[in-house]
Amino acid sequence: MNYHWNWGILLQPEPGGTGSYLHYLFVGLGWTLLTALAAWVIALAIGSVVGTLRTTPHKWIVRLGNAYVELFRNIPLIVQMFLWFFVVPELLPTAIGDWIKQVPPPWGSYVPAVLCLGLFTSVRVAVQVKAGIGSLSRGQGMAGTALGLTLGQNYRFVLLPQAFRIVLPPLTSESMNVVKNSSVALTIGLLELTGRARAMQEFSFRVFEAFTAATVIYLLTNLLVVIGMRMLENRVRVPGLIAASPTAGGH
Amino acid sequence: MSGYDFDVIQRSWVYLFRDGMTFTLTLTALAMIGGIFFGTLLAMMRLSKFRLLGLAAGGYVNLMRSLPLVLVIFWFFFLVPYIGAWVIGAKDPVKVGSFLSAVITFTMFEAAYYCEIMRAGIQSVARGQVWAGYALGLNYWLTMGRIVLPQAFRNMLPVLLTQTIILFQDTSLVYVISATDFLGAASKVANRDYRLVEMYTFVAVIYFVVSFGLSSLVKSLQTRIAIIR
Repeated sequence: MNYHWNWGILLQPEPGGTGSYLHYLFVGLGWTLLTALAAWVIALAIGSVVGTLRTTPHKWIVRLGNAYVELFRNIPLIVQMFLWFFVVPELLPTAIGDWIKQVPPPWGSYVPAVLCLGLFTSVRVAVQVKAGIGSLSRGQGMAGTALGLTLGQNYRFVLLPQAFRIVLPPLTSESMNVVKNSSVALTIGLLELTGRARAMQEFSFRVFEAFTAATVIYLLTNLLVVIGMRMLENRVRVPGLIAASPTAGGH
Repeated sequence: MSGYDFDVIQRSWVYLFRDGMTFTLTLTALAMIGGIFFGTLLAMMRLSKFRLLGLAAGGYVNLMRSLPLVLVIFWFFFLVPYIGAWVIGAKDPVKVGSFLSAVITFTMFEAAYYCEIMRAGIQSVARGQVWAGYALGLNYWLTMGRIVLPQAFRNMLPVLLTQTIILFQDTSLVYVISATDFLGAASKVANRDYRLVEMYTFVAVIYFVVSFGLSSLVKSLQTRIAIIR
């Protein structure tokens, strides 16, 4: 291939004057992780609640949960980003909308990106949690009821502690998806890792050095996430159960 | 919601569907066909008895699955001109349009995901089927093509279609290379007429209707073609 590599570019200063290009990319990784982490907290919180509600015996609550899942699952992530960034401030009362538009960067893109990614991912968590509860034997819930537990206590003490441990492996792949999906936030102006690799390519004209560096950083991050989640899985494994294998999911 | 301008949609919907949606649907269809073809080959490589083939395919699939699609789109957008030059032996990178670039990107990216589905599909076929094929004197390709793959496809059809719906939604990311897909077309109109609220909600509604409709179809198909064992 007719391309002259120049890895020295990574150590040269970027035009913004914050340091070398490598440093510039690592700050991007920081934003990627900050976005993914905050979104992951939202996703776990809402996803657990919605996933649980979808298994309750109340029909209309289940329907509401299903509607929530279908809504966020059937609109592309980038379109949802645009809705949060461009449309939501316009639909709010004018004063609040104007205030939101004046939030200085990068927070002006960060907050909508986190909300968007959090809700988008919460749906996937909800699906996994529901599947986890569904995979428990029916006798577990019945035994809880027979012992005199209320519906809430049954979930709290019998069903959810088991379900969460079962869904940990699929949640691992979801937590990696959050990191990957956070790159879509570059479309609303958040300079995370992919966005900075793209910017570096534009400043320095070193296309493949920039993308190779970003690729390596993403691979290392994935590796760390997987190792961390494996450790967590080993720690909370239910004795006596065959560990569930991770399932292939979308992206 | 006051001042919601439906007129801008009325003025632009022909352009949105004729240019934008055609791009999106063609890209989805081509990437699905290419992705399933290469994905099946990759799955066969991963399951082959030649370790090197398995390692190469596994490495490729894991690499693609651990990178963000946006980064992969950028990679191929800049890489394809160089590959093109290498293929035809030209000295300088060749010019490649955003459509061709997108088709190649999504084919190669989705192949990794289709590979995992097809791998599960091939593994879901009973071993005896393969033995029976060999016992009848069929070679590897005939056993695969006539016996294993048809069953694997049938078993995995709902999952393959679900992945295609995800692909349909993911094609909207070609926005980052300024291609005029459905979202790109809407975004151009939105910025020209300063009608972002109307255009983006319209885009969201259309994507929702198409994806939701298709996934409902897949669900009903799933119950119809399920093999009772």
